[in-house]
Amino acid sequence: MDALVAAITVFVLAVYIGFEIITKVPPTLHTPLMSGSNAISGITLIGAVISTRSDNEMLATVLAVAAVAFATINVVGGYMVTHRMLDMFKGKR
Amino acid sequence: MEQTSHFLIPEGWVNLAYVLASILFISGLKGLTHPRTAVRGNLTSAWGMLLAVLVTLLANGLAFQWILLGAVIGGLIGLLAATRVQMTQMPEMVAIFNGFGGGASVLVAGAALIIAHRSGHADVQTTVSTGLSGLIGAVTFTGSLIAFGKLAEKLPGGSIGFPGMKAFNALLGLAALACVGWMAVDTAATLPYWIIVALAAVLGVTLTIPIGGADMPVVISLLNSYSGLAAAATGFVLMNNVLIIAGSLVGASGIILTQIMCKAMNRSLSNVLFAKLGPSADGPSADDVYGGKVKATSPEEVAMLFDTAQRVLVVPGYGLAVAQAQHTVRDMANILESRGITVEYGIHPVAGRMPGHMNVLLAEADVPYEKLKEMDEINPEMEQIDVCMVIGANDVVNPVARTDPSSPIAGMPIIDVDKARTVVVVKRSLSPGFAGIPNPLFAADNCLMMFGDGKKALQELVGALKEG
Repeated sequence: MDALVAAITVFVLAVYIGFEIITKVPPTLHTPLMSGSNAISGITLIGAVISTRSDNEMLATVLAVAAVAFATINVVGGYMVTHRMLDMFKGKR
Repeated sequence: MEQTSHFLIPEGWVNLAYVLASILFISGLKGLTHPRTAVRGNLTSAWGMLLAVLVTLLANGLAFQWILLGAVIGGLIGLLAATRVQMTQMPEMVAIFNGFGGGASVLVAGAALIIAHRSGHADVQTTVSTGLSGLIGAVTFTGSLIAFGKLAEKLPGGSIGFPGMKAFNALLGLAALACVGWMAVDTAATLPYWIIVALAAVLGVTLTIPIGGADMPVVISLLNSYSGLAAAATGFVLMNNVLIIAGSLVGASGIILTQIMCKAMNRSLSNVLFAKLGPSADGPSADDVYGGKVKATSPEEVAMLFDTAQRVLVVPGYGLAVAQAQHTVRDMANILESRGITVEYGIHPVAGRMPGHMNVLLAEADVPYEKLKEMDEINPEMEQIDVCMVIGANDVVNPVARTDPSSPIAGMPIIDVDKARTVVVVKRSLSPGFAGIPNPLFAADNCLMMFGDGKKALQELVGALKEG
């Protein structure tokens, strides 16, 4: 129970920090913000990695490998496309 | 869950690394508050991800061959998608990535449940979080696939539905929640998890399929938020703080964008999601509004208008993206600026199909971001604009939003282009925008219609400017 309360505390505080920061992101960067958050939500990769255990049964392994693939698409694709876009915003100057 | 706690290094160090990764995510997002610091911010965030993943790889008993397999497949797809996507396709890309995030959460929660059952550690908290993770994740996955299909025009963009759809959705949602309850009572059961995923997968489709067109920015923002919340729910399954923190940051971001989009349409979220927007039956017909009052113009005439202009405003809409006309707009602006004319861009928050869509397109065409003006910034200066070029926008410049309280877009904040000295509308025809209503702007005294494909019409205009 204590662990759950601690986790909820972390959740609430993180949502609060998220609100505080994201409201300051200018509209011109809203698309990179979304693709950047795609990349951050690829954090599920960590859960996927932990789930690929060598003593797993087949079904768990299949699920975990698919999860690693999905999450890696988000991490790699998300950060790269965001970088590509933000580079354009720097302009020539 | 006990089995996640065996690492090659003391677990305290692992958790400290996760805290550091979370800080990197947060300061990375902070970098996005200004275009100058944004590239560095994105890199900061990526370092945080690398750190979190590397530390996780120190866990005992991992099957590295499987991790490598998934990472290579995912990495290649991600690499190809990120390097090949065109800027006009960003809404589709973000939509499908939202879906992958949701899908990954469903899969991780499912695998975690199987592992927990085998080792006998499935307590109520684990099973309930697993159920919620499956529910949010599956709705996000199928909902995003539908959104992707609509944005990529592989599915019909308009509203699709059947009578009783709302009740059907409510039933699906309640049934899925009942299964979460089932998982709480019978913590050894795996079956309800897959029922939840199946129900939520259908729910994702039926929630998203009625929404289309100009409402897509709201849907895509909301699904963005869900993908983060699904990751946070998976964090509760694994009791992993970095998942909870990163997931909540994304969840918060998506919710804020959703609010901004709804506000920019003067509609509530439930109105966007559940109500059907359509022309009011008693509204004026297109013939009443346009009859004999619409003035067509030619690129040569528009080129002459610029002879006396000092300030020009470009107001882009989804049509600019469809026509891929952003580079031609920039060519036009270059010529005008070389004659000492000030060229600015007025961006409506919901112009395009996702938040910031127009800004990215114009950035791609090397338009400096300082020249992009927000609606509230440019509206008070509208009387000083000599020529306003409306390119592929319709509802977001429809003055009816100010004047007719019975209109479906009544009260929606618009860019007041009708107050500029002269308005030139580049558009294929007089066909209505997403709201399905005629636009009296097109019949206004100070408005000229330059009919044609956005890119082609502007190319002709650029040609006329070069001759003139």
